[in-house]
Amino acid sequence: MSAAPTAEAPAYVANTKVGRFTDFVDERVGGSGILREFGRKVFPDHWSFMFGEVALYSFVILLLSGTFLTFFFDPSMAETHYAGSYTPLKNVEMSVAYSSSLDISFDVRGGLFMRQVHHWAALLFVASVAVHMLRVFFTGAFRKPREMNWVVGGVLLILAMAAGFTGYSLPDDLLSGNGLRIIDGVIKSIPVIGTYISFFLFGGEFPGTVIISRLYTLHILLVPALILLMIVVHLFMVVVHKHTQYPGPGRNDRNVVGYPLGPVYAAKAGGFFFIVFGVIALMAGFFTINPIWNYGPYDPSPVSAGTQPDWYIGFVDGALRLMPGVVSGFHFEYIIFGHVLTLNVLLPALVPAGIIFTVLFTYPWIERWITKDNREHHVLDRPRNAPTRTAIGVAGFTWYSVMWAAAGSDLIATHFHVALNDVTYWLRALFFVGPFIAFAVTKRVALALQRKDREIALHGRETGRIVRLPHGEFIEVHAPLDEYKRYKLVGFESLAPLPAQPNEHGVVTRKENRRAKLSRWFFEDRVAPATPAELEAGHGHHEAVEAGEGQKTLSH
Amino acid sequence: MKALSQKRRHPLAAIALLLMGLLLTGGLYAVATTVNEAKASTAEFTASDTQEGQKLFEANCATCHGMGASGTQDGPSLAGVGAAAVDFQVGTGRMPMQMNGPQAYKKPAQFNDTQTHQLAAYVASLGAGPAIPAEELLDEKGNAAEGGELFRVNCAMCHNAAAAGGALTRGKFAPALADVSGKHIYEAMATGPQNMPVFNDSNVSPEGKRNIITFLKQIEANGSPGGADLGALGPVSEGLFVWIAGLGVIIAFTIWLTSRTS
Repeated sequence: MSAAPTAEAPAYVANTKVGRFTDFVDERVGGSGILREFGRKVFPDHWSFMFGEVALYSFVILLLSGTFLTFFFDPSMAETHYAGSYTPLKNVEMSVAYSSSLDISFDVRGGLFMRQVHHWAALLFVASVAVHMLRVFFTGAFRKPREMNWVVGGVLLILAMAAGFTGYSLPDDLLSGNGLRIIDGVIKSIPVIGTYISFFLFGGEFPGTVIISRLYTLHILLVPALILLMIVVHLFMVVVHKHTQYPGPGRNDRNVVGYPLGPVYAAKAGGFFFIVFGVIALMAGFFTINPIWNYGPYDPSPVSAGTQPDWYIGFVDGALRLMPGVVSGFHFEYIIFGHVLTLNVLLPALVPAGIIFTVLFTYPWIERWITKDNREHHVLDRPRNAPTRTAIGVAGFTWYSVMWAAAGSDLIATHFHVALNDVTYWLRALFFVGPFIAFAVTKRVALALQRKDREIALHGRETGRIVRLPHGEFIEVHAPLDEYKRYKLVGFESLAPLPAQPNEHGVVTRKENRRAKLSRWFFEDRVAPATPAELEAGHGHHEAVEAGEGQKTLSH
Repeated sequence: MKALSQKRRHPLAAIALLLMGLLLTGGLYAVATTVNEAKASTAEFTASDTQEGQKLFEANCATCHGMGASGTQDGPSLAGVGAAAVDFQVGTGRMPMQMNGPQAYKKPAQFNDTQTHQLAAYVASLGAGPAIPAEELLDEKGNAAEGGELFRVNCAMCHNAAAAGGALTRGKFAPALADVSGKHIYEAMATGPQNMPVFNDSNVSPEGKRNIITFLKQIEANGSPGGADLGALGPVSEGLFVWIAGLGVIIAFTIWLTSRTS
């Protein structure tokens, strides 16, 4: 190496001005390297993979519309008299927060539209997060190596609900005030510390004069920052793990079959952002959401009929509505050393939500423990091919939905002309038996679908053509499936119960026995996929040839 | 004065005091209740109205309410319910009742205006009660903002803040108030039909009632500034809409976007 710097001839000189400029930037930022890496990331194409994108785009829309709203919203609870243009509230005493929300709706150009964009996007955000999680659950995408990303997703769901609820309370109208009052009641029902928390949160007795500005800080600063952080972690892990794919010919746990990000997929994803934006804008333009002018200013005395939270908090409201005060003489409220313990608020407000989120967060580890499956899974399960998991999911969803429906019990009563009391009694019964019915029905349906798949794989598709053979026998002609279709029906893994295994000391622990029992419960009812030998034997016959494999195998 | 102070320890003093108190409150109550009821200005009813009304009543209503409207097992006595009650119940078609149940449903009126007027005349002749409100209370030119406040405090817990209606216990309900005439709204407040409480004139003054009607008519006329109101039922219909229509359209797009390949 000589001491004098020698001018190295550049490897590439662009011919145009633009080319030279981009080359200059690229040499300093390294964009083409990033683009080469990310542009070639492959994404499998399936409509059910796009809910995460919907959630992300809704969040971007929320940031944009929310920023617009902060220009005009004033979170002060100081009293004022409304002087805006909505006459049915003229000169009514209200908080500055409510007055500025009304101004956004009636006196800021495009304000009502932006408010409705923000609110519809919020509902869609949480809904798409929820549907995305359901998709991940029912296809088994939470299995190794994605357990931690599943947890991050769960945290995002909770943060989305927190963002929604803090926003719901900001306009300080009657509806949001009623919602806050319920939250205050729930907080106060927590033993010993409840009243303290309530007083700290509201800065004194409810409703106080500070809660709106505090919620505002949380709503526009802390919660969105946490959501953004979690989204970054979530997407980073997606890049690390790569995307899952549905089973199909040529797809396995070591590859991803799909389209590269650039250019087609990136264009599609970019276009999809504008589709989501367009759908939200259309909803905001044509359909009212949260007509705060109807509800009037918050005042702790009136409560309007039909007061509900937004849909994602509905299940907690529904659980509160379902809880009886007294069950055949048994009270749920006690006075212990002069302190009131109100279980009929505490139990429904915290227990169902606690159970749902505990099971949600721990489920990947529960299933991992039962199956002792330590392999990486990048190929998804079709829901029918994991009947017990699917049944557990539907049972949980049913339980949630019963509580969800209970939040609208009054509207069910008025719109279907039934008694409110009967709606409550039925939903109470369904709260307990609904999940079990859902579990049994779902599991049977999944097994039946598996059996149908097996039948079709073995004997082909029924053509409806009846042929009489020379010796008089009638047969129906079955058309064989093509290879691709058959792969979908037979190319899945069917787990069998795993008996208790002794540990390194040769002892079968009690925990291991419990695991084995659970494993039997999980996998004892199973329809094994048709094996190549069976497929070979099945051709030409239309009688069921359903060979048992290993454990108990169902046959019809 | 001295005589009175000497007798204050008399054994009967407490009883005398109690008696005086009861007489006073009872008397005041009697005065107050009669004052609070908008008295029927029976002047507008002629004797022939009353006669014709009686005939109509005996033919159509007496089965349940009894001859002379004295009440039976199936229907209450109508003495003292006033012309306003008849005008509301018959005018909105709730009476004659279609069937017994938790609540009478609104349906097309069975009697024309003249017949309703005659029935009201007959029932009003049975005893004093709330009258059909005067036109100036129904002009919808009161203070809507004040009416709104009264509505939220007194009515919204059953009828919903946007007057979209709501559920009550055991199959009863508070109906939606759109398309209800100002006269019927006033009469409902004054007489408390079905499961509704009575809002007499000391509870909500005639001026207050006029303001409430003004408010209701104004929000009805205003329509929904933000687009279709989805029934004005609050977050439940909004949630249903975003799940079914919003997510439905988006799913349709996702299927479209991914359909060309694979």
